[in-house]
Amino acid sequence: MHQYIFLTILFPLAGFLINSLFTLTNFLGWRTKERETLVGLFSSLMIAIPFGIVVAIFLEMLSEAERPAHLVEVYQWMNTGLMNVAIAYQVDTLSVLMALIVTGVGTLIHIYSIGYMHGDDGFSRFFSYLNLFIFAMMNLILGANMVVMFLGWEGVGLCSYLLIGFWYDRKFEGTAIVSTGDAAKKAFITNRVGDFAMLGAMFLIFQTLGSLNYTDIIAKRDAFDGTTVFWITLLIFIGCTGKSAQLPLFVWLPDAMAGPTPVSALIHAATMVTSGIYITARLSPLFLMAPQTMEIIAVVGAITAIFAGTVGLVQNDIKKVLAYSTVSQLGFMFLALGVGAFQIAIFHVMTHAFFKACLFLGSGSVIHAMHEEQDIRKMGGLRKYMPSTSTTFFIASLALAGFPLTAGFFSKDAILAEAFASGHIVLYAIGTVAAFCTAFYSMRLCVLTFLGEERFNKSVAAPTTSSVAEQEPGGGHGDHGYDAHDDHGHGDAHGADGHAIHPHESPAFMTVPLWILAALSLGAGFLGLPAVVTEHSWIHGWLESSVMQAEAAHHLSHETEWILLGIGSLVAVLGLGFGYFVYAMRIEIAASAKRSLAFLYTTLLDKYYIDELYELLFVRPVQWLSDKVLFRFDTSVVDGTVNGIGDIFMSLGNGLRKWQSGVAQNYAVAITFGLILVIAFIAFR
Amino acid sequence: MLNDLLLTLPITIATVWVLVLILCEAFVHNANLTRWLTAIGFAGIIASIFLIPSPEGYAYGTMLRTGTFTNFSNFIFAVSGLLVVSISDKYLEEEEINFGEYYIILFISTIGMMLMGSAANLSVIFIGLETMSVALYTLAGMLRKDVRSNEAAMKYFLLGSFATGFFLYGIALIYGATGELALPRIAASLQTNGVSTLFWIGLSLLMIGFLFKVSAVPFHQWTPDVYEGSPTTAAAFMSTGSKAAAFSSLIIVLSNISIALPNNAVLQTAFAYIAVATMAVGNITALTQDNLKRMLAYSSIAHAGYMLVGIAAGSNEGYSGVLYYALIYTLMNVGAFGVIAVLERHRTLTNASDYAGLFKQHPLLAGLMAVFMFSLAGLPPFGGFVGKYKVFAAAVEADLTWLAIVGVLASVVSVYYYLRVVIFMFMRDPEPAPQANANATGSFALVAIAVIVFLMGIFPTEVLKLADNAMKVALK
Repeated sequence: MHQYIFLTILFPLAGFLINSLFTLTNFLGWRTKERETLVGLFSSLMIAIPFGIVVAIFLEMLSEAERPAHLVEVYQWMNTGLMNVAIAYQVDTLSVLMALIVTGVGTLIHIYSIGYMHGDDGFSRFFSYLNLFIFAMMNLILGANMVVMFLGWEGVGLCSYLLIGFWYDRKFEGTAIVSTGDAAKKAFITNRVGDFAMLGAMFLIFQTLGSLNYTDIIAKRDAFDGTTVFWITLLIFIGCTGKSAQLPLFVWLPDAMAGPTPVSALIHAATMVTSGIYITARLSPLFLMAPQTMEIIAVVGAITAIFAGTVGLVQNDIKKVLAYSTVSQLGFMFLALGVGAFQIAIFHVMTHAFFKACLFLGSGSVIHAMHEEQDIRKMGGLRKYMPSTSTTFFIASLALAGFPLTAGFFSKDAILAEAFASGHIVLYAIGTVAAFCTAFYSMRLCVLTFLGEERFNKSVAAPTTSSVAEQEPGGGHGDHGYDAHDDHGHGDAHGADGHAIHPHESPAFMTVPLWILAALSLGAGFLGLPAVVTEHSWIHGWLESSVMQAEAAHHLSHETEWILLGIGSLVAVLGLGFGYFVYAMRIEIAASAKRSLAFLYTTLLDKYYIDELYELLFVRPVQWLSDKVLFRFDTSVVDGTVNGIGDIFMSLGNGLRKWQSGVAQNYAVAITFGLILVIAFIAFR
Repeated sequence: MLNDLLLTLPITIATVWVLVLILCEAFVHNANLTRWLTAIGFAGIIASIFLIPSPEGYAYGTMLRTGTFTNFSNFIFAVSGLLVVSISDKYLEEEEINFGEYYIILFISTIGMMLMGSAANLSVIFIGLETMSVALYTLAGMLRKDVRSNEAAMKYFLLGSFATGFFLYGIALIYGATGELALPRIAASLQTNGVSTLFWIGLSLLMIGFLFKVSAVPFHQWTPDVYEGSPTTAAAFMSTGSKAAAFSSLIIVLSNISIALPNNAVLQTAFAYIAVATMAVGNITALTQDNLKRMLAYSSIAHAGYMLVGIAAGSNEGYSGVLYYALIYTLMNVGAFGVIAVLERHRTLTNASDYAGLFKQHPLLAGLMAVFMFSLAGLPPFGGFVGKYKVFAAAVEADLTWLAIVGVLASVVSVYYYLRVVIFMFMRDPEPAPQANANATGSFALVAIAVIVFLMGIFPTEVLKLADNAMKVALK
């Protein structure tokens, strides 16, 4: 069955091409409504069929006792003596698990998008990009060598760019950002920094081994000396900080929310951003040879987790909260990688894909119902209008918070337990605090969105009529974007004197995927039960053949492990409970906390001023350099040289042209002249 | 005798068929019929090459070689002829020279080429060369009422005869030095008796004859004048078929002699210098040409330079590279001349600026021209790239890396004048539209050429194998 893996790559590609034709020929045309479903279902099918194939491969592998990696070579891509690269795919337990997540969640999000994108001018364009994304992502995770992986790596970056800027003419506000196009560029350029490091790592590997196949890299890893392997792994990790939004390159992900919400769910939560974790797990034997890199990864992961977790506490845009939550959760995954728990990291990738996709799709459903409103201060009480959305959102939030027995509980606690067991007590503590923040903002999000008073048809600018304690009287802090124009005190934007909002439940295209993902958020955790319950959990057994774990498997005594589980549960329950207490019952606590801790609050709201810092350190200097120095250098020196060479050749040509006299006798003279030269050279050399 | 006729089946077919053509034209006097019959003749030659490929060996004593090399070169000539015939008729009608003789003379010229490509004896090469050349002189003057055409024919004839004189003198001196005319026996004589200065002088004179035909510098000056003056379709034929014939003859002579003089550094260096001069003069002069026919004439000089790089390499690799190059060059150059012929009106509309905005009026024609220009410039994924790669790689293998570098730099220069046409077609606003006068066969031929040029760039392996094979067996 595994030899058919190339079909899982061809179908999305075909989907992309055919959808592009739809777009080019304006297939939707005036019969938009009739044909939208057709286009959407077609695109979904192009992902669902690969999902079926992957499931078949999965089942086949499941029945095998040994699960060796299968290499499927499709095409010899480059064959240049020194460098031979094949379009080849590696089918093993890791890539199949990732492919299941990508195609499975991908199918659901495609179906969801049929409802979400309904009526959009770029309907078929949207689906062609989505198909192209799946094509690139499948290359990334299935590629048997780093070149094919990098093809996918760049491909998903491109799709991310295209989809963030999908509504390219819309306004989107952020630091030095005015439109969605700017956000797209920010994502692309930030990622390029990481991609450059990734390329550097590939060059180093190729320099030593002369091959970029994973099998070769892992089999011949002893050929690397300690310094080389440190730099290789560090460069790969820097690449991952770009794609997987870690410090210091995470800044693009929150602004990536400018894209349509299904995109945020698929690309910026469930799949693409986890590719850094995938590639690290794929090369786990290499990382285990570089303990310093592992240490760096663990520290960066933990700091990112707490950093983004705290920022998430105060954000008011429903998608921004989720975006910072994603950054934070990715930090947890890197913490797991850094302490050598590669399999656990992949496990968290899987559970996170389920609950975070569910949360994003749920937020999309809310935004849809609220007519593109994203500010949670203008929501509230939506539960009775949107039963499916609110229930699934609540379930997924519990999983995100790590409420006992949900999927997030098992994976997150496994990460923290591994951090503890490997002796990183400080990192464990940081992670636990971050987990508390996670639980707190999950509940805050749920309460402000779905419970309490309905605030959407009120003028939020008039503080006396609003019970939202966080609303600062008199316009105070203009948050970036959505509420900036509401600070005029006229209530002229979305308020009661405008068109009233009547929230409604989303269509079945959107709610069915939500329910499936919610079910997975509840159940998927049982694939990775902690060691106290079962000696060898399913996820360990499955990934055993493809992902290496740290050697001295950190064994904890059962008591310690129960204690850690207890702490984890307590933190989740306390966080959730505190969040409910503050936002559902004593909203004034939040307001007074904000006043007394104003400095902390603004720092968090402004995301520790990282964007401003980068603007000052990198963007402005580079702009100054290119405007004042490089531009002049280019016009004078570079253009001058190029044009000068061109002029020389043109005048040479004009000179040679004169030689062409048109007189046959002169030609004969030239021939004779040539004859003398040839004979002189050859015969009398 | 019968066996010899069968062994050289393409030549036999052509010789019989040319009689049929002459009789038919004399009695029926219908140019269209003659055109169709000529095309059928070429198709028959191509079919006979594929269906009954000749085995390795000699025919008519040791006068003619048979085998893979001959098959490959004959195929190039027949393809060149067939393609030129299929793009000719509308152009000839437009210029009011739609005579049956045009096709017959073109066909006769091909017989000369086939003799050159299968010769194993210097006298046969000379007969082939003259058969081909005299026919081409006539073709050049086909536009009887046009002064430029008359001038072209006259110049071509004068200078061609001049060069042929040297050629014949060279044969005489070689005969004097070795006492042989058959190439294998010349090599044998050189091995036993050594190489005399007389032989070297003879060989130099012989080379002048070939270098004139391929228009290498400084024997090239007739080329732009003749191509510009001749009917465009005849220029297409001269620049491809006759060049391929001269190169295959040159390869035959050199590969035979190299048995006696393996890896001769002097010959290699001489060809390398001529290649450099040819590439430089061809490309640099082409930069300043506005007339596309003249531009293509200089471009054909430049391409002769690239092919001479393969000759300079002096290895099997180099020679098979030249064969491949000759084939792909035939295709793309006939294509380019074909597009010009479609748009030309009595010597007008042949400047690059006349093609402004062509894409808007004739998107297909502009697209085809773009393919030919890209391929001539040697950009992947078109066949021209593979041809260049092959000859340059052979030069690197023969320790002539500097020559390959010069070749690549020369190609960089060439990009300017090829892409200038593309820029005019796609990025300028249209002038009053030139009327295209293509018919179904012509358009079909051009499209087919473009597709093959494209395919030979993406899947060159099979054709390359044929070319390699042709050289391997020929040198045995």
